[in-house]
Amino acid sequence: MKMVASSLIRRASRLIIAVLAIAIGATILSGLVTIYYDIPRQLGREFRSYGANLIILPTGDSKITREQLRRARDVIGAERVVGMAPYRYQTVKINEQPYIIAGTELPEAEKNSPFWYVEGKWGAKGKPESVMVGKQIAETLNIGIGDAFTVQGVRYGQRAVASAQLLSAKENLARDIASQNFSRKLSVCGIVTTGGAEEGFIFADIDMLDELVGDSFRGDVVECSVVADAAQLAELSEMLKDELGDVQPRAVRRLTQSQDIVLGKLQALVLLVTAVVLIITMISVYTTMMAMVAERRHEIALKKALGAENGLVMGELLGEGVLLGLIGGALGVGLGFEFAQQVSLNVFGRAIHFQWLLVPVTIAVFIAITVLASILPVRKVMDIHPAIVLRGE
Amino acid sequence: MNKLGNKILELKNVSKIYGELHALSNIDLTVNAGDWLSIMGPSGSGKTTMINIIGCMDTPSEGSVVLGGVDISRESAASLTKIRRDKIGLIFQQFHLISYLTAVENVMVAQYYHSMPDEEEAMEALKKVGLASRAKHLPAQLSGGEQQRVCIARALINSPEILLGDEPTGNLDEENEGIVVDTFRRLHEEGATIIVVTHDPEVGDVAQRKIVLDHGKIVDDIDQSATFGRALKLKTRQ
Repeated sequence: MKMVASSLIRRASRLIIAVLAIAIGATILSGLVTIYYDIPRQLGREFRSYGANLIILPTGDSKITREQLRRARDVIGAERVVGMAPYRYQTVKINEQPYIIAGTELPEAEKNSPFWYVEGKWGAKGKPESVMVGKQIAETLNIGIGDAFTVQGVRYGQRAVASAQLLSAKENLARDIASQNFSRKLSVCGIVTTGGAEEGFIFADIDMLDELVGDSFRGDVVECSVVADAAQLAELSEMLKDELGDVQPRAVRRLTQSQDIVLGKLQALVLLVTAVVLIITMISVYTTMMAMVAERRHEIALKKALGAENGLVMGELLGEGVLLGLIGGALGVGLGFEFAQQVSLNVFGRAIHFQWLLVPVTIAVFIAITVLASILPVRKVMDIHPAIVLRGE
Repeated sequence: MNKLGNKILELKNVSKIYGELHALSNIDLTVNAGDWLSIMGPSGSGKTTMINIIGCMDTPSEGSVVLGGVDISRESAASLTKIRRDKIGLIFQQFHLISYLTAVENVMVAQYYHSMPDEEEAMEALKKVGLASRAKHLPAQLSGGEQQRVCIARALINSPEILLGDEPTGNLDEENEGIVVDTFRRLHEEGATIIVVTHDPEVGDVAQRKIVLDHGKIVDDIDQSATFGRALKLKTRQ
């Protein structure tokens, strides 16, 4: 052992080149594999910025209850939920014109909709009177940030009374603010621009809306942003249906399918590059080992002349290959993680998790690659004839 | 002619033929234990072919070679490797030391393929050739003569039945040539059987017996016992 160790140390400069060749391959390979396994998570998060990918709707005339909302969060799993915003839609009147106010958990809606452009700021739990209005409403009502407006409507379970033609506007207003109706002065904290239907809504805190209409929570829809692919979402939908009863969970196909297509293409690309790197590494190890055998032709011939059998000399060289694979693989795991980390930080802006399983797997793969790539060069040992190589000419 | 009188090597009607070329033709040779034989002859006379056959690194096309009671002429390559390991000590013109191993480690390499490396034994072998103080030096740090003596120590380490030298002084200056020949003399006195192929008439003359090859045949077989001591003194005085 001492002899082997000292011989390796004295040949360090040559071995370092061989180890580097293997380590570079191992770095790229383990880095790409790390990225390959982390892409779904990274890309899943990335796709969450495009909005909710799972919608829970009530069936028939029913509404979603707080209890169903809590259970839905449990079924999906808190760690996978990026945002979960329940919505209650209520028709209100502003200046006798009908509008829809959407009561929601505003912080959750914000997580679900990072693509919304909000002028001003999002509504907060502590300021229920501050609401966000869609750009279209703001333009119609000619209101801006900080302006106040009054919403009126019929309390939950009450009937709206039509304005009487024979009564004056003042008398009709008095009728509207009677006990079956509500009226509340709200102020604009943000104006929402999305380029979509959201621009025609008023977004308010759901508790404030419930209190305004005099009712407990009754959700019309729950929008969920979940880190999952299409198959996982389909599975979650089934589970929610079974667990929650009268609801209809639906995956937003447009998003989930796009996510799966992009993911599939990216993973295929990574696999392809990985395969190419693997082949290049094998060729590199093969040529390195071939050069090592050629360079040590005299040494091999001498060992054979001293009585070493072919198998023993081949075993020694393969043993060196295993050692090179071990060192190169171990170096590659560390460097590969750093490589993957940099790629992830620069491309996705997020850190990646270290996969401990990758340590033994990379080392084992590179030992196998080194041994495989060494077989042909090492078999050359059999062709080395000591009498010819050692001839003193 | 020999101290012990028992045959250690017997070549009977040995030929080595490469197509049209007869490298060796019907060679008959007997070497007794404790003999010091030199093989001489011009280039292409068949010296190296002969020593390769005796050293189990080649096989004859015809005839038989009995080494230590075993006919090695029809053995497999694996058997020849084992016989070479157990019975032969090889000394090369170009020393063939492993450059990244120290002198003592180079000696231990032969032990490793034979049985078990033993540093103490390897040091003893180096002491025998007067190199104990250079044991931890790499070949590049040794002179040509010192390297050849490491090579001799390596050849001796497994107590072989025959020491075979292929031009062992071919790469040495006169001073180192004298040291190596003196080492052979001491080993011969201790009972070693030595066969040396050489171009150098002076090295050939110091042996107890000399055969001369030409065109694959033994053309001369000279018993130098009478001048053995004198010739040796002349050589080692230089």
